[in-house]
Amino acid sequence: MNPSIDAAQATNANPSDLRGDLALPRANGELVFAQPWQARAFGIAVALNESGAYPWRDFHTSLAREIAAQGSGEAADHYYARWLTALETLLTERGILSPAEIAARAAQCAAADSHHDSRLDNHNHDRHHRH
Amino acid sequence: MSEHAAQPAARAPEHDPALRTMAIESLLIEKGLISTDAIDARVQAYEQDIGPLNGAKVVARAWTQPDYKRRLLENGTSAIAELGFSGSQGAEIVVLENTPQVHNLVVCTLCSCYPWPVLGLPPRWYKSDAYRARAVIEPRAVLKEFGLELPESVEIRVWDSNSDIRYMVLPQRPPNTAHLGESELAALVSRDSMIGVAKAAAPPDSVSSDNPTSAPADSPS
Repeated sequence: MNPSIDAAQATNANPSDLRGDLALPRANGELVFAQPWQARAFGIAVALNESGAYPWRDFHTSLAREIAAQGSGEAADHYYARWLTALETLLTERGILSPAEIAARAAQCAAADSHHDSRLDNHNHDRHHRH
Repeated sequence: MSEHAAQPAARAPEHDPALRTMAIESLLIEKGLISTDAIDARVQAYEQDIGPLNGAKVVARAWTQPDYKRRLLENGTSAIAELGFSGSQGAEIVVLENTPQVHNLVVCTLCSCYPWPVLGLPPRWYKSDAYRARAVIEPRAVLKEFGLELPESVEIRVWDSNSDIRYMVLPQRPPNTAHLGESELAALVSRDSMIGVAKAAAPPDSVSSDNPTSAPADSPS
Protein backbone atom coordinates (compact mmCIF):
# COMPACT_ATOMS: atom_id res chain seq x y z
CA MET A 1 0.00 0.00 0.00
CA ASN A 2 2.79 2.41 0.88
CA PRO A 3 5.32 2.80 -1.90
CA SER A 4 8.83 3.16 -0.53
CA ILE A 5 8.80 6.89 -1.23
CA ASP A 6 6.38 7.25 1.69
CA ALA A 7 8.89 5.65 4.00
CA ALA A 8 11.62 7.87 2.65
CA GLN A 9 9.61 10.99 3.39
CA ALA A 10 8.14 9.97 6.68
CA THR A 11 9.34 11.72 9.80
CA ASN A 12 8.52 8.83 12.05
CA ALA A 13 10.28 5.57 11.58
CA ASN A 14 8.32 2.72 10.17
CA PRO A 15 10.94 0.13 9.34
CA SER A 16 8.26 -2.18 7.98
CA ASP A 17 8.01 0.18 5.02
CA LEU A 18 11.57 -0.48 3.95
CA ARG A 19 11.15 -2.27 0.63
CA GLY A 20 13.10 -4.04 -2.04
CA ASP A 21 16.84 -4.13 -1.39
CA LEU A 22 16.23 -2.13 1.78
CA ALA A 23 13.75 -4.60 3.29
CA LEU A 24 14.58 -5.99 6.72
CA PRO A 25 15.78 -9.59 6.66
CA ARG A 26 13.05 -12.00 7.65
CA ALA A 27 12.61 -15.71 7.92
CA ASN A 28 9.06 -16.96 7.93
CA GLY A 29 7.89 -13.46 8.72
CA GLU A 30 10.06 -12.96 11.73
CA LEU A 31 12.75 -10.36 11.84
CA VAL A 32 16.09 -12.05 11.72
CA PHE A 33 18.81 -10.82 14.02
CA ALA A 34 21.66 -13.25 13.63
CA GLN A 35 23.48 -11.68 16.55
CA PRO A 36 22.41 -9.44 19.43
CA TRP A 37 24.29 -6.39 18.13
CA GLN A 38 22.02 -6.39 15.09
CA ALA A 39 18.93 -5.89 17.23
CA ARG A 40 20.76 -3.12 19.13
CA ALA A 41 21.75 -1.39 15.89
CA PHE A 42 18.16 -1.66 14.70
CA GLY A 43 16.82 -0.22 17.97
CA ILE A 44 19.37 2.60 18.07
CA ALA A 45 18.52 3.82 14.57
CA VAL A 46 14.79 3.80 15.27
CA ALA A 47 15.03 5.30 18.76
CA LEU A 48 17.33 8.12 17.60
CA ASN A 49 14.86 9.04 14.90
CA GLU A 50 12.03 9.10 17.39
CA SER A 51 13.98 11.27 19.79
CA GLY A 52 14.46 13.77 16.98
CA ALA A 53 18.14 13.22 16.22
CA TYR A 54 17.36 12.96 12.50
CA PRO A 55 14.37 12.53 10.21
CA TRP A 56 13.76 8.94 9.12
CA ARG A 57 14.20 10.12 5.55
CA ASP A 58 17.88 10.72 6.27
CA PHE A 59 18.47 7.26 7.66
CA HIS A 60 16.58 5.77 4.74
CA THR A 61 18.82 7.69 2.33
CA SER A 62 21.99 6.69 4.13
CA LEU A 63 20.95 3.03 4.14
CA ALA A 64 20.02 3.15 0.46
CA ARG A 65 23.41 4.64 -0.41
CA GLU A 66 25.22 2.05 1.63
CA ILE A 67 23.32 -0.85 0.06
CA ALA A 68 23.84 0.62 -3.41
CA ALA A 69 27.58 0.85 -2.72
CA GLN A 70 28.09 -2.49 -1.00
CA GLY A 71 25.33 -4.60 -2.51
CA SER A 72 22.41 -6.11 -0.69
CA GLY A 73 23.06 -9.34 1.12
CA GLU A 74 20.32 -11.82 1.82
CA ALA A 75 21.82 -12.68 5.16
CA ALA A 76 21.22 -10.66 8.30
CA ASP A 77 24.98 -10.34 8.81
CA HIS A 78 25.36 -8.52 5.50
CA TYR A 79 22.25 -6.43 5.91
CA TYR A 80 23.03 -5.17 9.39
CA ALA A 81 26.65 -4.49 8.46
CA ARG A 82 25.21 -2.03 5.91
CA TRP A 83 22.71 -0.78 8.46
CA LEU A 84 25.45 -0.09 11.00
CA THR A 85 27.66 1.71 8.51
CA ALA A 86 24.68 3.77 7.36
CA LEU A 87 24.03 4.73 10.97
CA GLU A 88 27.68 5.65 11.59
CA THR A 89 27.83 7.68 8.39
CA LEU A 90 24.68 9.57 9.31
CA LEU A 91 25.86 10.26 12.86
CA THR A 92 29.18 11.51 11.48
CA GLU A 93 27.54 13.68 8.83
CA ARG A 94 25.31 15.26 11.41
CA GLY A 95 28.21 15.87 13.76
CA ILE A 96 26.73 13.71 16.51
CA LEU A 97 29.67 11.30 16.76
CA SER A 98 33.06 11.17 15.08
CA PRO A 99 34.69 8.04 13.63
CA ALA A 100 37.65 8.52 15.97
CA GLU A 101 35.36 8.69 18.97
CA ILE A 102 33.62 5.47 17.93
CA ALA A 103 36.92 3.69 17.29
CA ALA A 104 38.33 4.72 20.65
CA ARG A 105 35.23 3.61 22.51
CA ALA A 106 35.13 0.31 20.61
CA ALA A 107 38.69 -0.38 21.72
CA GLN A 108 37.69 0.35 25.32
CA CYS A 109 34.69 -1.93 24.99
CA ALA A 110 36.91 -4.68 23.61
CA ALA A 111 39.12 -4.47 26.67
CA ALA A 112 36.20 -4.32 29.10
CA ASP A 113 34.11 -6.91 27.33
CA SER A 114 36.56 -9.78 27.17
CA HIS A 115 34.97 -11.49 30.18
CA HIS A 116 31.34 -11.42 29.15
CA ASP A 117 31.05 -12.69 25.65
CA SER A 118 27.95 -10.98 24.36
CA ARG A 119 29.30 -11.34 20.87
CA LEU A 120 29.12 -15.09 21.13
CA ASP A 121 25.58 -15.03 22.42
CA ASN A 122 24.07 -16.16 19.17
CA HIS A 123 20.32 -15.90 18.85
CA ASN A 124 19.71 -17.73 15.64
CA HIS A 125 18.58 -21.01 17.18
CA ASP A 126 15.22 -21.39 15.45
CA ARG A 127 15.67 -19.13 12.47
CA HIS A 128 16.17 -21.71 9.83
CA HIS A 129 13.41 -24.20 10.37
CA ARG A 130 12.25 -26.12 7.39
CA HIS A 131 8.63 -26.89 7.27
CA MET B 1 28.48 8.96 1.21
CA SER B 2 30.75 6.00 0.98
CA GLU B 3 34.06 7.46 2.14
CA HIS B 4 34.17 4.84 4.83
CA ALA B 5 35.25 2.39 2.12
CA ALA B 6 38.46 4.38 1.80
CA GLN B 7 39.24 4.11 5.48
CA PRO B 8 42.15 1.83 6.38
CA ALA B 9 40.80 -1.66 6.96
CA ALA B 10 42.74 -2.48 10.09
CA ARG B 11 41.78 -5.65 11.92
CA ALA B 12 41.06 -3.74 15.06
CA PRO B 13 38.22 -3.79 17.58
CA GLU B 14 36.70 -0.75 15.88
CA HIS B 15 35.94 -2.93 12.87
CA ASP B 16 34.05 -5.52 14.85
CA PRO B 17 30.39 -4.64 14.33
CA ALA B 18 29.38 -5.82 17.80
CA LEU B 19 31.95 -3.56 19.42
CA ARG B 20 31.13 -0.64 17.15
CA THR B 21 27.48 -0.97 18.02
CA MET B 22 28.32 -1.15 21.71
CA ALA B 23 30.55 1.91 21.33
CA ILE B 24 27.89 3.90 19.52
CA GLU B 25 25.26 2.98 22.08
CA SER B 26 27.43 3.96 25.04
CA LEU B 27 28.51 7.25 23.46
CA LEU B 28 24.94 8.19 22.62
CA ILE B 29 23.83 7.36 26.17
CA GLU B 30 26.66 9.49 27.56
CA LYS B 31 25.57 12.39 25.40
CA GLY B 32 22.04 11.99 26.64
CA LEU B 33 20.69 11.30 23.15
CA ILE B 34 19.28 7.87 23.85
CA SER B 35 18.64 5.40 26.66
CA THR B 36 19.00 1.65 26.84
CA ASP B 37 15.31 1.48 27.67
CA ALA B 38 14.40 3.44 24.57
CA ILE B 39 16.32 1.02 22.38
CA ASP B 40 14.73 -1.99 24.08
CA ALA B 41 11.34 -0.36 23.72
CA ARG B 42 11.76 0.22 19.99
CA VAL B 43 12.81 -3.36 19.32
CA GLN B 44 9.86 -4.56 21.36
CA ALA B 45 7.40 -2.12 19.89
CA TYR B 46 8.31 -3.29 16.46
CA GLU B 47 7.66 -6.85 17.53
CA GLN B 48 4.47 -6.23 19.44
CA ASP B 49 2.74 -2.94 18.77
CA ILE B 50 3.22 -1.88 15.21
CA GLY B 51 2.59 -5.24 13.61
CA PRO B 52 -0.83 -6.15 14.96
CA LEU B 53 -2.24 -2.78 13.93
CA ASN B 54 -2.88 -4.13 10.45
CA GLY B 55 -4.87 -7.04 11.81
CA ALA B 56 -6.83 -4.71 14.09
CA LYS B 57 -7.88 -2.66 11.08
CA VAL B 58 -9.05 -5.81 9.32
CA VAL B 59 -11.10 -6.83 12.36
CA ALA B 60 -12.64 -3.39 12.82
CA ARG B 61 -13.62 -3.30 9.15
CA ALA B 62 -15.25 -6.72 9.48
CA TRP B 63 -17.17 -5.59 12.56
CA THR B 64 -18.56 -2.54 10.81
CA GLN B 65 -19.13 -3.80 7.27
CA PRO B 66 -21.03 -7.08 6.92
CA ASP B 67 -20.09 -7.40 3.24
CA TYR B 68 -16.43 -7.11 4.09
CA LYS B 69 -16.79 -9.67 6.84
CA ARG B 70 -18.38 -12.11 4.41
CA ARG B 71 -15.53 -11.66 1.94
CA LEU B 72 -12.99 -11.95 4.74
CA LEU B 73 -14.34 -15.27 5.94
CA GLU B 74 -14.66 -16.58 2.39
CA ASN B 75 -11.18 -15.58 1.26
CA GLY B 76 -9.00 -14.04 3.93
CA THR B 77 -6.00 -13.41 1.72
CA SER B 78 -7.86 -11.35 -0.87
CA ALA B 79 -10.03 -9.46 1.65
CA ILE B 80 -6.92 -8.56 3.63
CA ALA B 81 -5.20 -7.47 0.43
CA GLU B 82 -8.12 -5.06 -0.14
CA LEU B 83 -6.78 -3.08 2.81
CA GLY B 84 -3.29 -3.15 1.34
CA PHE B 85 -1.79 -5.86 3.53
CA SER B 86 -0.02 -8.63 1.70
CA GLY B 87 3.28 -10.36 1.40
CA SER B 88 2.92 -13.55 3.38
CA GLN B 89 5.33 -15.37 1.09
CA GLY B 90 2.63 -17.17 -0.84
CA ALA B 91 0.84 -18.47 2.23
CA GLU B 92 -2.90 -18.19 2.40
CA ILE B 93 -4.46 -16.38 5.35
CA VAL B 94 -7.61 -18.00 6.68
CA VAL B 95 -9.79 -16.01 9.09
CA LEU B 96 -11.74 -17.84 11.77
CA GLU B 97 -14.77 -16.22 13.34
CA ASN B 98 -15.35 -16.44 17.07
CA THR B 99 -19.00 -16.71 18.06
CA PRO B 100 -20.82 -17.17 21.37
CA GLN B 101 -20.66 -20.93 20.68
CA VAL B 102 -17.21 -21.36 19.15
CA HIS B 103 -13.83 -20.03 20.22
CA ASN B 104 -10.85 -20.42 17.88
CA LEU B 105 -7.24 -20.71 18.98
CA VAL B 106 -4.22 -20.62 16.68
CA VAL B 107 -0.93 -22.41 17.18
CA CYS B 108 1.90 -23.66 15.05
CA THR B 109 2.88 -27.01 16.48
CA LEU B 110 5.92 -27.48 14.26
CA CYS B 111 7.57 -24.08 14.45
CA SER B 112 6.14 -20.60 14.53
CA CYS B 113 4.14 -20.03 11.36
CA TYR B 114 2.22 -16.82 11.82
CA PRO B 115 0.15 -14.43 9.67
CA TRP B 116 2.74 -11.68 9.95
CA PRO B 117 1.35 -9.26 7.33
CA VAL B 118 -1.57 -8.72 9.70
CA LEU B 119 -0.10 -9.57 13.09
CA GLY B 120 3.52 -8.50 12.82
CA LEU B 121 6.05 -10.60 14.64
CA PRO B 122 4.96 -13.52 16.79
CA PRO B 123 5.31 -13.07 20.54
CA ARG B 124 7.97 -15.06 22.32
CA TRP B 125 5.49 -17.40 23.99
CA TYR B 126 3.96 -18.34 20.63
CA LYS B 127 7.29 -19.92 19.74
CA SER B 128 7.71 -21.73 23.06
CA ASP B 129 7.64 -25.51 23.21
CA ALA B 130 5.10 -25.32 26.02
CA TYR B 131 2.54 -23.32 24.08
CA ARG B 132 3.03 -25.32 20.90
CA ALA B 133 2.46 -28.60 22.69
CA ARG B 134 -0.15 -27.66 25.26
CA ALA B 135 -2.41 -25.54 23.05
CA VAL B 136 -3.43 -28.73 21.27
CA ILE B 137 -3.59 -31.05 24.27
CA GLU B 138 -5.28 -28.83 26.81
CA PRO B 139 -6.42 -25.60 25.16
CA ARG B 140 -8.90 -24.77 27.90
CA ALA B 141 -6.18 -24.86 30.56
CA VAL B 142 -3.85 -22.78 28.40
CA LEU B 143 -6.53 -20.16 27.85
CA LYS B 144 -7.19 -20.05 31.57
CA GLU B 145 -3.52 -19.26 32.14
CA PHE B 146 -3.90 -16.37 29.72
CA GLY B 147 -6.78 -15.19 31.89
CA LEU B 148 -9.50 -16.31 29.53
CA GLU B 149 -11.98 -18.62 31.17
CA LEU B 150 -14.60 -19.90 28.76
CA PRO B 151 -17.83 -21.62 29.79
CA GLU B 152 -17.85 -25.38 29.20
CA SER B 153 -20.60 -24.82 26.65
CA VAL B 154 -18.20 -23.00 24.33
CA GLU B 155 -16.47 -25.26 21.86
CA ILE B 156 -12.76 -24.58 21.46
CA ARG B 157 -11.26 -25.25 18.04
CA VAL B 158 -7.49 -25.33 17.74
CA TRP B 159 -5.94 -24.53 14.34
CA ASP B 160 -2.43 -25.55 13.42
CA SER B 161 -0.80 -22.98 11.14
CA ASN B 162 1.68 -24.15 8.57
CA SER B 163 3.71 -22.81 5.71
CA ASP B 164 0.71 -22.88 3.35
CA ILE B 165 -2.08 -21.65 5.62
CA ARG B 166 -1.79 -19.03 8.34
CA TYR B 167 -4.77 -18.61 10.61
CA MET B 168 -6.05 -15.42 12.18
CA VAL B 169 -8.96 -15.14 14.60
CA LEU B 170 -11.78 -12.66 14.11
CA PRO B 171 -12.71 -11.94 17.73
CA GLN B 172 -16.26 -11.13 18.78
CA ARG B 173 -17.14 -7.47 18.80
CA PRO B 174 -17.36 -6.35 22.44
CA PRO B 175 -20.76 -5.21 23.76
CA ASN B 176 -21.54 -1.49 24.08
CA THR B 177 -19.47 -0.51 21.08
CA ALA B 178 -22.26 0.48 18.68
CA HIS B 179 -21.25 4.15 18.97
CA LEU B 180 -17.59 3.59 18.08
CA GLY B 181 -16.03 4.25 14.70
CA GLU B 182 -13.65 1.96 12.90
CA SER B 183 -10.44 3.42 14.30
CA GLU B 184 -11.80 3.38 17.84
CA LEU B 185 -12.84 -0.22 17.38
CA ALA B 186 -9.41 -1.14 16.03
CA ALA B 187 -7.89 0.14 19.25
CA LEU B 188 -9.79 -2.58 21.13
CA VAL B 189 -8.27 -5.39 19.05
CA SER B 190 -5.12 -6.81 20.57
CA ARG B 191 -2.66 -9.15 19.01
CA ASP B 192 -3.63 -11.80 21.55
CA SER B 193 -7.29 -11.57 20.58
CA MET B 194 -6.36 -12.36 16.98
CA ILE B 195 -4.37 -15.42 18.06
CA GLY B 196 -7.31 -16.47 20.20
CA VAL B 197 -5.80 -16.30 23.69
CA ALA B 198 -7.83 -13.23 24.63
CA LYS B 199 -11.04 -11.42 23.78
CA ALA B 200 -11.19 -7.99 22.23
CA ALA B 201 -11.04 -5.34 24.96
CA ALA B 202 -14.07 -3.58 26.38
CA PRO B 203 -14.37 0.06 25.34
CA PRO B 204 -12.30 2.26 27.67
CA ASP B 205 -15.26 4.18 29.05
CA SER B 206 -18.71 4.32 27.55
CA VAL B 207 -19.04 8.00 28.52
CA SER B 208 -15.88 9.03 26.69
CA SER B 209 -17.35 8.70 23.23
CA ASP B 210 -16.29 12.24 22.34
CA ASN B 211 -12.77 11.89 23.63
CA PRO B 212 -10.57 12.24 20.56
CA THR B 213 -7.47 10.94 22.32
CA SER B 214 -8.82 7.44 22.32
CA ALA B 215 -8.54 7.14 18.56
CA PRO B 216 -5.17 5.88 17.33
CA ALA B 217 -5.19 8.34 14.47
CA ASP B 218 -1.55 9.28 14.80
CA SER B 219 -0.14 5.81 14.57
CA PRO B 220 2.46 5.49 11.88
CA SER B 221 1.20 3.57 8.91
